Amino acid sequence: MPVITLTINDELVSARSGQSILEACRDHDIQLPTLCYLDGLSARGGCRLCLVDVAGSPRLLPACTTEALENMVVTTHNEKIDRYRRMILELTFAERNHTCAVCVSNENCELQSLAAELGMDHVRYDYLNPELNLDTSHERYGVDHNRCLLCLRCVRVCDEVEGAHTWDVMGRGVESRVITDLNRPWGDSESCTDCGKCVEVCPTGALFDKGSSVAEMKKEASFLRRILDGREKRQWQR
Amino acid sequence: MSEQQKKIRLATVWLGGCSGCHMSFLDLDERLIDLLEQVELVYGPLVDAKEFPQDVDICLVEGAVTNVENLELARTIRNNSKQVISFGDCAVTGNVTSMRNRIPVKDLLTAVYHEAQAPIGAESLKVLPALLKKALPLHQAVKVDIYLPGCPPAPERIATVVTALLNKQPVELQPEMRTFG
Amino acid sequence: MNPTSLAEQAAQELQRQEQLKLRLFLCYSTPCVAAGAEPVKTALEELLAKQDLAADLEIVATGCMGPCSRGPLLRIKNADGEEQTFEKVTPEQAKEILLHSIANQPVETTALPADLPFFVRQTRIVLSNSGEIDPEKIEHGIARGSYSALAHVLHEMSAEEVCAEIKQSGLRGRGGGGYPTGLKWNLVRKSPAERKYVVANGDEGDPGAYMDRTIMESDPHRVLEGMAIAGYAVGAEQGYIYVRGEYPLAAARLVKAIKAAERRGLLGSRVLGSNFNFRIDLRIGAGAFVCGEETALMTSIMGRRGQPVPRPPYPAQSGLWGYPTLINNVESYANIAPIMQQGADWFAGFGTEKSKGTKVFALCGEVVNSGLIEVPMGISLRDIVFEIGGGLPDGGKFKAAQTGGPSGGCIPAEHLDTPVDYESLKELGSIMGSGGLIVMNESSCMPDVAKFFMGFCMEESCGKCVPCRVGTVEMYELLTRITDGSAMLNDLETLEQLCRLVQETSLCGLGMTAPNPVLNTLHYYRDEYLAHIQENNCPAGVCQLDQIPLLKLPEHAAELAVFKEEH
Repeated sequence: MPVITLTINDELVSARSGQSILEACRDHDIQLPTLCYLDGLSARGGCRLCLVDVAGSPRLLPACTTEALENMVVTTHNEKIDRYRRMILELTFAERNHTCAVCVSNENCELQSLAAELGMDHVRYDYLNPELNLDTSHERYGVDHNRCLLCLRCVRVCDEVEGAHTWDVMGRGVESRVITDLNRPWGDSESCTDCGKCVEVCPTGALFDKGSSVAEMKKEASFLRRILDGREKRQWQR
Repeated sequence: MSEQQKKIRLATVWLGGCSGCHMSFLDLDERLIDLLEQVELVYGPLVDAKEFPQDVDICLVEGAVTNVENLELARTIRNNSKQVISFGDCAVTGNVTSMRNRIPVKDLLTAVYHEAQAPIGAESLKVLPALLKKALPLHQAVKVDIYLPGCPPAPERIATVVTALLNKQPVELQPEMRTFG
Repeated sequence: MNPTSLAEQAAQELQRQEQLKLRLFLCYSTPCVAAGAEPVKTALEELLAKQDLAADLEIVATGCMGPCSRGPLLRIKNADGEEQTFEKVTPEQAKEILLHSIANQPVETTALPADLPFFVRQTRIVLSNSGEIDPEKIEHGIARGSYSALAHVLHEMSAEEVCAEIKQSGLRGRGGGGYPTGLKWNLVRKSPAERKYVVANGDEGDPGAYMDRTIMESDPHRVLEGMAIAGYAVGAEQGYIYVRGEYPLAAARLVKAIKAAERRGLLGSRVLGSNFNFRIDLRIGAGAFVCGEETALMTSIMGRRGQPVPRPPYPAQSGLWGYPTLINNVESYANIAPIMQQGADWFAGFGTEKSKGTKVFALCGEVVNSGLIEVPMGISLRDIVFEIGGGLPDGGKFKAAQTGGPSGGCIPAEHLDTPVDYESLKELGSIMGSGGLIVMNESSCMPDVAKFFMGFCMEESCGKCVPCRVGTVEMYELLTRITDGSAMLNDLETLEQLCRLVQETSLCGLGMTAPNPVLNTLHYYRDEYLAHIQENNCPAGVCQLDQIPLLKLPEHAAELAVFKEEH
């Protein structure tokens, strides 16, 4: 595959042609915050945390969906981008009812650790405190919409990797909700294979194993790369 | 007493919270002894003072602003203190205290005072300060200088913040020390 | 059909029309039907049947004639070509007009003056057939030249020449973006691919705007012809026209028009006897404003949830099903046939240096003549409002003109003489937009107007990206506080910072432009915002301002204690 050269944060780096800016950054250990992106799933560009400055572009571009090109000049951090990232996190926290202290994913949450990492120490906007429910009808898993970020990793992993497409979205704007099987209770879903991939990739405590209490829910999203590589490289065949 | 020897005036306040942050403060253990050599504790649940005093240097505020009394006190704190610290998640984010926010105040009070298994009774409502429509993080009521998150903040976090303040250094919590929850 | 038979049919139809003693054009577009055009039509038809006049005259149910606030509109044209237009016609008046005209007697009902500025100050290129033809009768269109440009293009020009002609005309995207149409066509033409698509965006959604609806309803063949020319120019054989779900009449007329054109060989395989095949299918929206955004629209055409995807890649590189796709607004396509017919230089003779041709506006709000107008680019706002629009009713004082809908802004009185073109409007902090133009008088409160548009964007945000999904809600909350009296001065700062964030970090145009009405009104009418916050006063007298800022609550503790008294 042809190799290209681009500049990221004043340093010349190489990337494979066709890679996204985010992939190029990660290959060179350049840290970029992400929430909706997950290695192994299609890129979506919705959380806006990986926005970077690309010289010549009038707008900030999401690194996850923008292809790295020859001679591109990328800046991943500056005062404005960092401020915008914190503001976006503030909006994310304000949107639903994120109460870290009583969450199953406390201490193992991507949203929580990103806030700490980026220095988002308080939310200036009105907490919207929406009235949201919990679906624990599934035998093994539960979904708590209070903690959902609408990153749609669950929707993508279920469709793209498991092939079940149990998850989807209903409503629009701030009324959007992830749903199972045309908004039937998860436990009644006919398409769900009970595989649990959605739970593992969920960045917060929105999807969880039933029975886990505060701070007990630990997830491991890196399994995804393992099974995808297994499939592509046929590692399970002799 | 010379200016240098004058003790720093520290206040702690307990607004809408569970007092867990104060418990964590007490968990400073032997460090409290060193601390008390440098500061004078002028107000809070740990000392006997009725009125929030004047000329407070550092004030740690635990809890969310959830009723009119909290709001009044918060404004007094701001007026009388040089540095106001949001102490713990309830003050920083509203946290557990704000979980009542999606329930209308009227329904909430009815549930607790009239319909609960052992109703407290309407009499108590007369002495209860009026609840705000929503429980608010402290900074949405008054200006806050420093945020000290955690539920409760671990003693190490409290020590880091207080030490920096006493030494008149900028407060810089490391990422692992500034997580919510 | 081939070019010769097309010309023959045009001549035949013209001849038929000329032999009629009288032609009655009744505006049968949505606003006139709402104003009562239906009973007028019935009355005329009954009279026609009773008097046995069908051979000598015809009633043409046309598309929009323009001055919608004066509807129902009736225009008569006698064999000598003399015309008279009547406003607010009742069935009785219509009968009187018909009977007197046919008897060559003076009509008692007063006609509109022939030199009414509303008519004479317009330049109708896009709308040249609108109000002149029955949109459901393809012969009417053909008689006025429909598909002759396509015939010319297919037989006399190369794809490259067509793109060059459009480029030279200076036509720019009429959906609001203003991207040079010729450049876009060239990009798609040059994109190598086994398949390409042409898409017409008829998902008009700005509040108060109905230009595209009118074009599709009044002259559907114009749009189809433009799309076919585009298909030929870029090398596409399939076109989609995406019509807003709330426009059932436009959709029905387009379906009819496509069928009529296919039957005559004007669309479909071997169009007009050439080797060019072009098929057009209709896609109907399901009520999402965001589907007017090109990437969301294409996602919707492909049968998925109508949400935008990040650009680049642009549709010209990778659009429908990953193939190069040309997507233009309905009004842009409606400009194509006249350009190909009369030449790029003719077209470029209208308008300003950078904005060529004309623009259709839906003029509404506090103005005497509201309706649909087409004006040359560069005309002043003053001429639109006070000449064509006839000024404000009841001696109202002009305060602002809102252009660009929820993506635009308000232009205050001091800029009334600004020429209306892409650049000038942008400089004023508004945009050309798709063509909504709302006139406001002194009784409009600007923070309230901003709140209205923010509420619209909040409802219509698709929810894909965080800044737009949550940012619009938070901005709406802040504007609500400003207009209900509970805002503090620092809320204004929070609002402005939020506006910048949403503008710069949103995924698509909806979010990027949602803060415009706020930023623009903050720029021109900051004192109004301050009056609300600092003086608890709404200068326009619109806002109730009956709430109290939170921080003033202790003084009002008694008011909070409602619950205690009730028990």
